[in-house]
Amino acid sequence: MEIDPFIFRLSIFILSIFIGYYVVWSVTPSLHTPLMSVTNAISSVIIVGAIIAALAGSSNTFNTSNIFGYLAIILAAVNIFGGFLVTQRMLQMYKKKKKNKK
Amino acid sequence: MISANLSAIFYLISGILFILALRGLSSPDTSRQGNYFGIIGMVIAIVVSFLSIGSFSVSIIYVFIFLIVGGSIGAFIAFRIPMTAMPELVAGFHSLVGLAAVFVAVAAFLNPQAFNLGTPGNIKLASLIEMSIGAAVGAITFSGSIIAFLKLRGIMSGSPITFVGQHYLNLILGIVIFALIFYLCKTQSDSFYWTVIVISFLIGVLLIIPIGGADMPVVISMLNSYSGWAAAGIGFTLENTALIITGALVGSSGAILSYIMCKAMNRSFVSVILGGFGAENNSDDTKDKQDKKPVKSGNAEDAAFLMKNASSVIIVPGYGMAVAQAQHALREMVDKLKKNDIKVTYAIHPVAGRMPGHMNVLLAEANVPYDEVFELEDINNDFANSDVAFVIGANDVTNPIAKTDPKSPIFGMPVLDVEKCKSVLFVKRSLSPGYAGVDNELFYRDNTLMLFADAKKMTEDIVKNLE
Repeated sequence: MEIDPFIFRLSIFILSIFIGYYVVWSVTPSLHTPLMSVTNAISSVIIVGAIIAALAGSSNTFNTSNIFGYLAIILAAVNIFGGFLVTQRMLQMYKKKKKNKK
Repeated sequence: MISANLSAIFYLISGILFILALRGLSSPDTSRQGNYFGIIGMVIAIVVSFLSIGSFSVSIIYVFIFLIVGGSIGAFIAFRIPMTAMPELVAGFHSLVGLAAVFVAVAAFLNPQAFNLGTPGNIKLASLIEMSIGAAVGAITFSGSIIAFLKLRGIMSGSPITFVGQHYLNLILGIVIFALIFYLCKTQSDSFYWTVIVISFLIGVLLIIPIGGADMPVVISMLNSYSGWAAAGIGFTLENTALIITGALVGSSGAILSYIMCKAMNRSFVSVILGGFGAENNSDDTKDKQDKKPVKSGNAEDAAFLMKNASSVIIVPGYGMAVAQAQHALREMVDKLKKNDIKVTYAIHPVAGRMPGHMNVLLAEANVPYDEVFELEDINNDFANSDVAFVIGANDVTNPIAKTDPKSPIFGMPVLDVEKCKSVLFVKRSLSPGYAGVDNELFYRDNTLMLFADAKKMTEDIVKNLE
């Protein structure tokens, strides 16, 4: 009997939860805020679905589904740029002693 | 157009890059590199999604326009936002992820052909369940984050809003959602789908309104987790590995953070969710006691004198420092102390501030090197050997009552042992209790000197007196 592809996706999902579990425990507590902003940025990879929805259909007319796709693109784009940039901005501020001490 | 198999492999690669992005955060040195991995992963995912469609019509221009518009808004916010506003920014961003998940789920429901899920009215059963769950969790994330945002921003009162039967209402609504999804699968009728989404928006609001200000670190982490599960739900619908991996990562990340926060407050996750903490229940009898006990208060001159003659000082920052924007003044004060060869370190309680790691970011912004900043368990033994503890804007996390009085609502919460220092300087505007509604015993100790003032103003005055 063939295995349903759903089972493969479920396996990926469950294994990823375990990876997430171990990776996140190793994050130093002082970086918990950047962790939240970066997870926020990467969860916006949902934009992939938005792009497919927006570009579905052939003609230049828009159906409701396309419009929801476009709206989702804007929201996700705000998050992607905002999330990664604010994370970058925060991480730039973390400095060690001595090196930059006058 | 690239084949489905090839694009699946690229999505896997971007998923792995996201894992590396989180891995980088294990130390500040590797974190910047980690962030680049994340960006590369995102670029790969977006490019592949374009390539997998292949046939480019004029509408692709609109996609780019929308990308640029959204991106510019995001970039603008990212550069302008003050670091003290990070909690509300993160809450706001979570709400966008939630809403985007809802929109994608709606688009997939309206046009299932685009995602190979069947035709309208005849959508594959598994896909229907997945997209309902994705939409429901997304909607809860959206409205919940909006409420969290309003509370953090101060637009809405931070005190819990509770009413009779609240939890039963949530429970009933939760059951209704499952029933609706069941009937949706049976009938494929779109009205069930819309009702699921509307009720989920309502649940999001109801879930967050009973939770008080001090529990916000848990709420933000929890919503972080929800946004991940929503993304994973959509990932199953779209059969997209990158989304499934990311959703699982973000979901477990948020769950772990909630766990850490709950543990730091010695509260069970359930009791935080049920809310009501910080309501004014026992404030009356604590007020009576307050009047009787003597409190020593001092001014900036006294504080400066005490610290000048100390050989080691531990600084305990809290939410009050963020509100007063006192981190830069604080850093100035510390520089002055260091010039006099006084050893200065910072002690951070896990729930100080309104989100995990909030204080660390503010201190980093003020150029405090991160190797001078310590977590509770690493520094708690040092208080006994230090001369001065400088508590600025923290309250409940220093209350010794958590160790002694089993009746206190914060009993058992791990606290910073500031009272073991030779002297304690406590910057606070008044003697009012903290968010837990508990009077701080520390105010009345012999070795405590209260500095009644705005945190920033007081710190600046101390700096002047240290000259």
